[in-house]
Amino acid sequence: MRRIRNLMKTPEGMAGFGILATLILVALFAPVLSPGDPLRIAGDPLLAPFVDPAFPLGTDRLGRDVLAGIIHGTRTSLAVGIAAAIAAIAIGLCVGLAAGFAGGLVEEALMRVVDAFQIVPSFLLALAFVSVIGASVPVVVLAIALGAWADPARLTRAQVLSIRERDYVAAARVIGMHPVEIAWKEILPNALPPVLALSAIIVAAAILTEAALSFLGLGDPNIVTWGSMIAEGRNVLRSSPSLSIFPGIALVVTVIGVYLLSEGFGKTLAGSEA
Amino acid sequence: MSALCEIRELEVAYRGNSVPALTNIDLDIHAGERLAIIGESGSGKSTLARTIARLLPAGARVRGEMRWSIGQVPLPGRDLGFVFQDPSASLNPVLTIGEQVAEGARRHLGLTWRTAYERALDMLERVRIPDPAKVLKAFPHQLSGGQRQRVAIAAALAAGPGILIADEVTSALDMIVQAEIVSLLDELVREAGMTLIFITHDIALASGFADRVAIFRDGGLVEAGPTGAILTSPKDVYTRALLASHRDLSTPPLIREATS
Amino acid sequence: MLLIVIVLTFLLLESASGDAVDAYLLSIGGGDATVAQSLRQAYGLDQSMLARLWLYISSLSRLDLGWSVAFDRPVLLLVLERLPNTLLLMGSATALAFGLGSALGIVAGAKPESASDRVLSTVSLILYAIPSFWLGLVLSIVFAVQLRWLPTSGIETIASGKTGLTRAADIASHLVLPVGALALIYTALFLRVMRAGMADVWALDFVLFARSKGLSRSRIVLRHVARNALLPLVTMLGLQSAAMLGGSVVIESIFAVPGFGRLAQEAVSGRDAPLLMGIILVSAVLVICINLVIDLLYAALDPRVGASEPAA
Repeated sequence: MRRIRNLMKTPEGMAGFGILATLILVALFAPVLSPGDPLRIAGDPLLAPFVDPAFPLGTDRLGRDVLAGIIHGTRTSLAVGIAAAIAAIAIGLCVGLAAGFAGGLVEEALMRVVDAFQIVPSFLLALAFVSVIGASVPVVVLAIALGAWADPARLTRAQVLSIRERDYVAAARVIGMHPVEIAWKEILPNALPPVLALSAIIVAAAILTEAALSFLGLGDPNIVTWGSMIAEGRNVLRSSPSLSIFPGIALVVTVIGVYLLSEGFGKTLAGSEA
Repeated sequence: MSALCEIRELEVAYRGNSVPALTNIDLDIHAGERLAIIGESGSGKSTLARTIARLLPAGARVRGEMRWSIGQVPLPGRDLGFVFQDPSASLNPVLTIGEQVAEGARRHLGLTWRTAYERALDMLERVRIPDPAKVLKAFPHQLSGGQRQRVAIAAALAAGPGILIADEVTSALDMIVQAEIVSLLDELVREAGMTLIFITHDIALASGFADRVAIFRDGGLVEAGPTGAILTSPKDVYTRALLASHRDLSTPPLIREATS
Repeated sequence: MLLIVIVLTFLLLESASGDAVDAYLLSIGGGDATVAQSLRQAYGLDQSMLARLWLYISSLSRLDLGWSVAFDRPVLLLVLERLPNTLLLMGSATALAFGLGSALGIVAGAKPESASDRVLSTVSLILYAIPSFWLGLVLSIVFAVQLRWLPTSGIETIASGKTGLTRAADIASHLVLPVGALALIYTALFLRVMRAGMADVWALDFVLFARSKGLSRSRIVLRHVARNALLPLVTMLGLQSAAMLGGSVVIESIFAVPGFGRLAQEAVSGRDAPLLMGIILVSAVLVICINLVIDLLYAALDPRVGASEPAA
């Protein structure tokens, strides 16, 4: 709780927290804010925005409400972004800890696998994965996580390696602490902060990757996402550019919110260390 | 010898600190002398050095006066050279030694790069670096600690300043190298008729070559005067304690058991 | 390491429920089981998984990347055809972003917390948050549709018969928008990295020493601070190369540039496993090569790399 209060002291933290809190509320209350299926045909097609109060942001080619799409799209972007980041960090932590502790051949083998995943462009990997398995939300989450886990893994292992040699770990060993206890109490809490700092970037990247995947038509076809809305709008780009512009703005605001929050976190962490 | 600089009621505080690093300092610096500023950690001696050289960090508050007899405040590089404690940190790792020694001369003496490099070679010879032509093209990580400190001295003196401030320049070096560096500084300063301000915590080292000493403690000036006078008849209790706690090989051991 | 990439990708593509033959049959309006069977035999798709893996690896050693079912051509040729366009696109975007980003980063980092720094930091934050495909669309709307200054798609005007300089100019005008979209976003990233690097270097002692020598501000900023902050930026360039290659997929798709990324999309829609494998493999090789070049560049910039014993 104290951390959150500290966070609110920085302007970035406050702004980021505000944006994300609003978005989370919108996502949670989407059915209330905009009842009904956002993919249903609600009105006349291609209504311009800011003209009809019933459809503040207009409608698309099939007459679907743009505002409803944006509100419901919040759920997908946030859910996929956060879930993929958690998955990537979880996998990365496990592999990194295992590599850092095991050493020897196991470490070598694991790091080669990490190398392989870092060399292949993560978007291509996600693309291939979704195309092969089929497009649904869990698959998209896993696809993004597969492309993103390598960096946290590498970072965790580096942290483990450096902390392992520090004086306070040697001291713990000297007084006879069990290796697993050392891992849990001494190493993990100190290895965590840099990895957590990375997490905001992973969330942001995951949100953008999900948007790109659904833009290319590889997202879940049964739900509305901002990426698919932009793709839809592309068909009528010359006549109704607003269809592509509004979901894009929503994406930009979301990602900015994530970045601001992480900058706020970074400043409070730095402040507490100073 | 006339007063090169008169410091009156100097008070310095760093940003964010309510307790000042220096309080009420009254000190004269005489032209051409070798002045040793002696004190333990936190005494404010480095702060004084940086205030004189105008190298304080942003936001530091300075009150009081520093009157200079040369008419204007000395400019770092041109009138004033500064050498730091840690030679590894003083040198830019990606630039050659030659460039780092020559750049000061080029800026303040208006030399072309070619002439500045010749001057750099000359400076390296004066600080007794072996094989100076090769070192000109070398990088800092290729030299030892003692050599890096010599290079730093050469770079600080490249533009021919009249004042040299040496801030704990020997503290990071081995004993034998310390003695070499000190004798080098002494020689350079004597040759050029420079004023030397030598900051240290080691009173024995300073007493070996300083004309005057100034003792600092907790941000205040304890006493100042000619070296011989201070050493033989210190006026302040603290100075006496400082002298008494100096150790060398003839001092009795701290722990009784060590003698057997 | 490449071997791991091969094996893993192969396993991944194996888990597909339908294969290239199914997709092909779908695209030609259906066919019966015998046709499917004979096709599979012809392409060797009816053998066991391990056998096919072995076959693939051994043919790789002969630089044979397999046969694309959707295009009915060797994968290697397809890749080599499309690669130059992507390299041109990526290379220009990277060069532009690096130059602009580091220059602006130096301006921002020269005076941390100043007005120019805050403005640049805010702008870079917003730019970096923009999805590249959306930026591409917006730029397309503004410049190609509304203003009609630039063409909307393709890499050159088809069948124009232009050669030499006029052709180069034609290609260039087609590439302005896609390169611009990619470059703007990466400029934001490089700006932030350069600025952060400079903030770190300012705190180091040798900068204080440079100040004590009374050097001019521009020399301290450029030759001392920026020159050192360049190093983490170059490292970042290497780390981003894989991401940039992936990013070219969407940009090429929006602007219909016939490049490597677009080929990936076509492979996906054609369920063309050999082509997809070939693309992933070649990307991995490309990233390795780029990283090698970056490593050489870094070694040239940092004299401490590969250092042996002290000279004296």
